[in-house]
Amino acid sequence: MSKMAGADGDDSLYPIAVLIDELRNEDVQLRLNSIKKLSTIALALGVERTRTELLPFLTDTIYDEDEVLLALAEQLGSFTVLVGGPEYVHCLLPPLESLATVEETVVRDKAVESLRKISHEHSPEDLEAHFEPLVKRLASGDWFTSRTSACGLFSVCYPRVSKSTKSEIRQHFRTLCSDDTPMVRRAAASKLGEFAKVLELEYVKSDLIPLFAALASDEQDSVRLLAVEACVSIAQLLPQEDLEKLVMPTLRQATEDKSWRVRYMVADKFSELQKAVGPEITENDLVPSFQNLLKDCEAEVRAAAANKVKEFCENLPADSRETIIMNSILPCVKELVSDTNQHVKSALASVIMGLSTILGKDNTIEHLLPLFLAQLKDECPEVRLNIISNLDCVNEVIGIRQLSQSLLPAIVELAEDAKWRVRLAIIEYMPLLAGQLGMEFFDEKLNSLCMAWLVDHVYAIREAATCNLMKLVERFGASWAQSTIVPKVLGMASDPNYLHRMTTLFCISALSEACGQEITTKQMLPIVLKMSEDQVANVRFNVAKSLQKIGPVLENSALQAEVRPVLEKLATDQDMDVKYFAQEAMTVLSLA
Amino acid sequence: MLILNIKLFCSYMPQFNIWILFSFHLADIISTVEFNYSGDLLATGDKGGRVVIFQREQEGNNRSHSRGEYNVYSTFQSHEPEFDYLKSLEIEEKINKIRWLPQQNAAHFLLSTNDKTIKLWKISERDKRAEGYNLKDENGRLRDPFRITSLRVPVLKPMDLMVEASPRRIFANAHTYHINSISVNSDHETYLSADDLRINLWHLEITDRSFNIVDIKPANMEELTEVITAAECHPNQCNVFVYSSSKGTIRLCDMRASALCDRHSKFFEEPEDPSSRSFFSEIISSISDVKFSHSGRYMMTRDYLSVKVWDLNMESRPVETYQVHEYLRSKLCSLYENDCIFDKFECCWNGSDNAIMTGSYNNFFRMFDRNTRRDITLEASRESSKPRAILKPRKVCTGGKRKKDEISVDSLDFNKKILHTAWHPKENIIAVAATNNLYIFQDKIN
Repeated sequence: MSKMAGADGDDSLYPIAVLIDELRNEDVQLRLNSIKKLSTIALALGVERTRTELLPFLTDTIYDEDEVLLALAEQLGSFTVLVGGPEYVHCLLPPLESLATVEETVVRDKAVESLRKISHEHSPEDLEAHFEPLVKRLASGDWFTSRTSACGLFSVCYPRVSKSTKSEIRQHFRTLCSDDTPMVRRAAASKLGEFAKVLELEYVKSDLIPLFAALASDEQDSVRLLAVEACVSIAQLLPQEDLEKLVMPTLRQATEDKSWRVRYMVADKFSELQKAVGPEITENDLVPSFQNLLKDCEAEVRAAAANKVKEFCENLPADSRETIIMNSILPCVKELVSDTNQHVKSALASVIMGLSTILGKDNTIEHLLPLFLAQLKDECPEVRLNIISNLDCVNEVIGIRQLSQSLLPAIVELAEDAKWRVRLAIIEYMPLLAGQLGMEFFDEKLNSLCMAWLVDHVYAIREAATCNLMKLVERFGASWAQSTIVPKVLGMASDPNYLHRMTTLFCISALSEACGQEITTKQMLPIVLKMSEDQVANVRFNVAKSLQKIGPVLENSALQAEVRPVLEKLATDQDMDVKYFAQEAMTVLSLA
Repeated sequence: MLILNIKLFCSYMPQFNIWILFSFHLADIISTVEFNYSGDLLATGDKGGRVVIFQREQEGNNRSHSRGEYNVYSTFQSHEPEFDYLKSLEIEEKINKIRWLPQQNAAHFLLSTNDKTIKLWKISERDKRAEGYNLKDENGRLRDPFRITSLRVPVLKPMDLMVEASPRRIFANAHTYHINSISVNSDHETYLSADDLRINLWHLEITDRSFNIVDIKPANMEELTEVITAAECHPNQCNVFVYSSSKGTIRLCDMRASALCDRHSKFFEEPEDPSSRSFFSEIISSISDVKFSHSGRYMMTRDYLSVKVWDLNMESRPVETYQVHEYLRSKLCSLYENDCIFDKFECCWNGSDNAIMTGSYNNFFRMFDRNTRRDITLEASRESSKPRAILKPRKVCTGGKRKKDEISVDSLDFNKKILHTAWHPKENIIAVAATNNLYIFQDKIN
């Protein structure tokens, strides 16, 4: 039953009153909570008070912390209903306009995103009467923050305004493309592509292409590199016959730019460029460009290009693909295998295996295999790891056995690397390798490594090794676990080092589910119970934790008859932590 | 803070009438002085980690005599003393450098750095305050929560102007050695920071990573022969920066060429005159400051005894050399003994690049007119700035008989040094830091 509002006051208003007051609490977190519930406040105030009181107040709150402003900018994007529907949506423009001028990029971007969102809720008349003037104000603002925000709004209002307004918008965009501050030119360059999409093709050619060319030869390389992205969108819009004349000169210039950052951008966007310009230009122009990028004097550029090798080759036209790869790309790839920079080599190693599916079995064995083997012997562990992590591609084409001769020493070396992060990385690939190499090979060569990691002196490795065992059991099954893993794990329960004894407990917790009820109850449980008398408290409370974990796997009779007495005893342990975890386990297992 | 209101007329160069605008006595030794891009704000940093910002009074103020004066606008603690537990090292709070960012909205932003950590500060104004609570009445008494009959939305009311300084970003953990320079790039999104052996490039919005662009640390520290002493970005080419070394050389690097700028594209060095070679040659040739001219065509370097202007297109020798205090050449031995020889004097250009200024000892500072090659020595001290007195050019007696008004080299006070000076970017207003005192002088408007 809800209480009637009246002279006694309305207690349903109380929570709202708190929210409103907390909009300016000194604690940022409380302000943030309030802002996130702005819709609740607006709902309680009703549409009219929201428009006349709440929004004016919010318009002036731009002094606040970034995270509060960010939340506000986001909320306002879905506020249309709360101000009275599309008819009144323009009321949201003033607060968003002030948010679009703050110095924090994330806040500005969010304000622009919300403005774009609510622009669709404006009727064509309102768009012309309210939204478009806002865009103009921002575009001619004194500070560059407002001008950068304007760049993101042209494309949403352009398609829906009158012809004369359209021409004004184009003029504004032109002005911003040659703004004094590089920030604004960068914003314009990054929005060039999306603006081109909404522009009539004739204006793309007459207006945007010259702007694009100008930005692409800007004095600041931070602007030029953004023109590369615009290159992709513009090339997608233009008919094939115009590309050569309107886009290619700029792209060629970018590929040979004096600044490595621009060339890096070309390399980074190469797949997109390739798709946008089509097969013919790819063959004539992009292949030589790609070769140059792979041989670039700057390692960053070579690494970015090396990352694209597989994708570029995949997207080559089918009829000439093999010839191009064999004659043009592979020679460059061969050189990269012995590059002086390890980032280049490791970028290549992360994609090179993918070439085998494209080139097929014979080419892979003849041309690629020597490269794989060379990379497996590379001095940099990251290169070797990247090869190993992508073994599945090769397995499909030639079978992993071709590699196993070289693979094994590489794995063993990584497994014993002095850097624990390298050891950690190779452990993560073990389940994958186990799947590819098969149980027999694994037992023979790799099983001992997996067990050795359990006694590594770094905890993170022991933890990963435990998790690895679980995944192996999931792959090879419970009977394999029983014969190869469980005895060794249980053997460690009497190790003099308590850390190793704890590893046994961690393994049991991890393996119990995969091993099933029988192994857990018959073989693991007795060991765990025996360890409850360990001298070290850390071991004892881990016994409690393990029992909690394996409890659900056990037979109920074992739970009652064997686990309960042990936990009861641990619950009276002199150590505080042991008591705590024993009680917790009893609660969870409903033994309390 | 004691603010002295000394206003004097004095003349120093025939074409200038300079008046002292203000002198401020600060709580601690000033360690850096910097005008913002418009010149309306002046920031100082001090040894105690404080930043004090002065704002120029707006024209049209009814107190006509205060027009053009600078008053304290905001004071805040930028850095606190810290302790590096891993290295057992104290990290001083002293502000080594301040650099303003180009203005992007109504607020102002600056970077300040001590030896290790760079901070981005926002200085903003607030003139409105929200009023009206639901759960409290006008006097701050709590209302009965069960007697709320209507909701109140706070209303913004005007209030006295409040200036707030808030830390926006902290760029830490990137420098093993002491940061000597920071410089904002003309792309408005990156800046560089230099320590003794490395230069890092940061994005102004990203604090968790920076790119190392220069690393001169030798594999074996015993082979170390030179350190980086200063670095600066070119004023309009966003890919160019220079750094100077303790060997008196300057390297210009092009970031377009490669990601790591270990190979310079230009190397500026003046061949040493073998006749003046001495034990101190290397120490006094160490460059303490490097500054590009506003046009970007020239750069100026300060070494212990001179200021040199280099044309970026000529690497073999400077185009101009100005002696700052040549009379000290005979005193190098005692300056070495009292460590003064390691003082790092800074230098600055005027707004139109035709005059330069740098500091000296005894609270003297020097100005050089590049067109007429005239130079002048002035003194920034309260004793000599008596009201209505003419601040005369000072002269140091360099041998022979001491004339009236001349000061003998032996009576110079080496504890009173002017290391930091700044020149308004558009007008003839200069700021000179003399230990705890900041002096602002202005070309008198007739």
